Amino acid sequence: MAPRYAVKTAGAPVQDALARAGPTPAWARLELVTKPRTLYEKVWDSHVVAHEAGAPAVLYIDLHLVHEVTSPQAFQGLRDRGIKVRRPDRTQATMDHSIPTQNQALPIMDPIAAKQVQQLRVNCREFDVPLADLGDESQGIVHVIGPELGLTRPGITVVCGDSHTSTHGAFGALAFGIGTTEVEHVLATQCLLQHRSKTCEVRFAGRAADGVVAKDLILALIAEIGIGGGTGYVLEYSGEAIRSLSMEGRMTVCNMSIEGGARAGMVAPDETTYEFLADKPTVPKGAEWDAAVARWRKLPSDEGAVYDRTVEIDAAALEPMITWGTNPGMGVRVSQPVPEPNGNPSVRKALDYMRLEPGKPLIGQPVDVVFIGSCTNSRISDLRQAASLLHGRKVNPKVRMMVVPGSERIRAQAEAEGLADVFRAAGADWRQAGCSMCIAMNGDQLDSGQYCVSTSNRNFEGRQGKGGRTFLASPLTAAAAAVEGSVADPRRYL
Amino acid sequence: MQPVTCFSGKVVPLPVSDIDTDQIIPARFLKTIEKLGLGENLFNDWRYLPDGGPNPEFVLNQPRAAGGTILLAGDNFGCGSSREHAPWALLGFGFRAVISTSFADIFRNNCLKNGLLPVTVDAATLAELFDAASSDEGLEVTVDLANQTLTLPSGRGVSFPIDNFSKQCLLEGGDQLSYIQQRMAAITAYESNSADALNTLA
Repeated sequence: MAPRYAVKTAGAPVQDALARAGPTPAWARLELVTKPRTLYEKVWDSHVVAHEAGAPAVLYIDLHLVHEVTSPQAFQGLRDRGIKVRRPDRTQATMDHSIPTQNQALPIMDPIAAKQVQQLRVNCREFDVPLADLGDESQGIVHVIGPELGLTRPGITVVCGDSHTSTHGAFGALAFGIGTTEVEHVLATQCLLQHRSKTCEVRFAGRAADGVVAKDLILALIAEIGIGGGTGYVLEYSGEAIRSLSMEGRMTVCNMSIEGGARAGMVAPDETTYEFLADKPTVPKGAEWDAAVARWRKLPSDEGAVYDRTVEIDAAALEPMITWGTNPGMGVRVSQPVPEPNGNPSVRKALDYMRLEPGKPLIGQPVDVVFIGSCTNSRISDLRQAASLLHGRKVNPKVRMMVVPGSERIRAQAEAEGLADVFRAAGADWRQAGCSMCIAMNGDQLDSGQYCVSTSNRNFEGRQGKGGRTFLASPLTAAAAAVEGSVADPRRYL
Repeated sequence: MQPVTCFSGKVVPLPVSDIDTDQIIPARFLKTIEKLGLGENLFNDWRYLPDGGPNPEFVLNQPRAAGGTILLAGDNFGCGSSREHAPWALLGFGFRAVISTSFADIFRNNCLKNGLLPVTVDAATLAELFDAASSDEGLEVTVDLANQTLTLPSGRGVSFPIDNFSKQCLLEGGDQLSYIQQRMAAITAYESNSADALNTLA
């Protein structure tokens, strides 16, 4: 285990001089102090089960989330080895990627998807893993239901065979995506082999202006550091603009940490965190809750803790963001024009794919589809934002708008609050919970050549359907585009 | 996993930066419950035309790719989704190593667990390799894991980094799960003393 205490000494020459001078005076004695640690270091240190020289640490995993796409080969691995899931009580499965977002009670038409979904049921039954199946009140996108159930908590470790596991860092958890071999490791041992990451503080100074929301903060950061800029780091988001975000907003920010190359992003827990968790189904109650909160209060980075790197963003100067290219780092303020390639082959390639002209404004660019959903922006506050703009307005007749809630609970809440009625009245298609058009595995997809303003997390070539072209933006910006039928500045509607 | 030691192989150049795992294997092929069979859809949407025929301009459809075992790619290879289907697809096609200036973290981890060697080189070496590949369709290089050396056609050897633990696992074809399983006593002790209380079955 890494040392929790460091011995702080006066400088070595002073020590030598003191040794020559005889007995050490009190003021120069070795001082045993707690080394200030970052949030990440605290969570890391408290989860190291074993750490031998020349090997990665064996890290304990408190919560393992499982979905249908990245788990079948891992369960098969257990079967082949004749071993069980070590801690079904620390494992939660759901289905989200391959499932349809309408008529979920009917058989799945795609036979390959149906087989994959059925395989998850078989695996969960065989290995005693709890499953939020289709039709279950807890079903939804894996990164939406973990927090909703109160399973995602400050100070714990969370993994899932999905890169957007970084979402859960919003609670001050250490949460990151893993591959299927590692899914098998965690199923078998509840542990993972891990190397310690470097730390980077991302400070959003000041308060964001009206119309600038969590999605804009994270798109601005990725545009700044690039999609590989965070590789090797765990990001810790701080500053007034982060503190003033709701838990949903913090999840949006942490969710896209991976789009900057960082496996994990974290926000120190505070009253907003505890308030969100207090009424969730699985959290401790009574005295146990009080004890848990007392422990969580010790998690924020200590005064004087050192990060390997710091990035500062002036949140007060930000505007709504949108991407123009084929990775999430290719983003600009919505009022800016399409950039010039200036000899950069990646920009050239992206503009060719997107069929956009350098120098032309993005505002006014016609769109065919608007998608609101995904583990980035499908939570209740996202839906409220979009509905607030759509209320009393109509989706442009040239646009197909899909709104896909992140979970069954959110669907029910949005229907109870009247948000679903706002979407339907505006002419949008209100769906059932799932990943949907973020990853386009389930038939919810763009046609080749279509333009889409999407609240999801990736604008890679073909991500939303082969040949589809994606502009990533916030729920507000997406709703504004739905009304105008083209890329639009949501601040016009505030 | 087959041990990875020292091998020479034909280089297939793909001079594109930031190749994400959605390009390596598009999501619609992730509905499989198997690891095998993904090689034919490697780089599917770059490799095949809308009518399903091979795109003659894409390198995997050119004669030089036949028998190629080493992929040469631009910076930040394997970013995006954590899908282990990406290394499975690369291995399925026949690749045994990928050379780039940098790899995304999750992809790199997934490679190391499957015997696909990520070889990180500096920008000048990568440029030298792309130059050599453009003038020689049969370009071969030698990768020596034990000595962590990539030998270029010029005879120059460049070293590449890899953590010792992964290196030993690759050299022996060893299984990382058994390493964790051997520490079960420590895991049990941790669980009874330190683990956060949490119950998904509650």
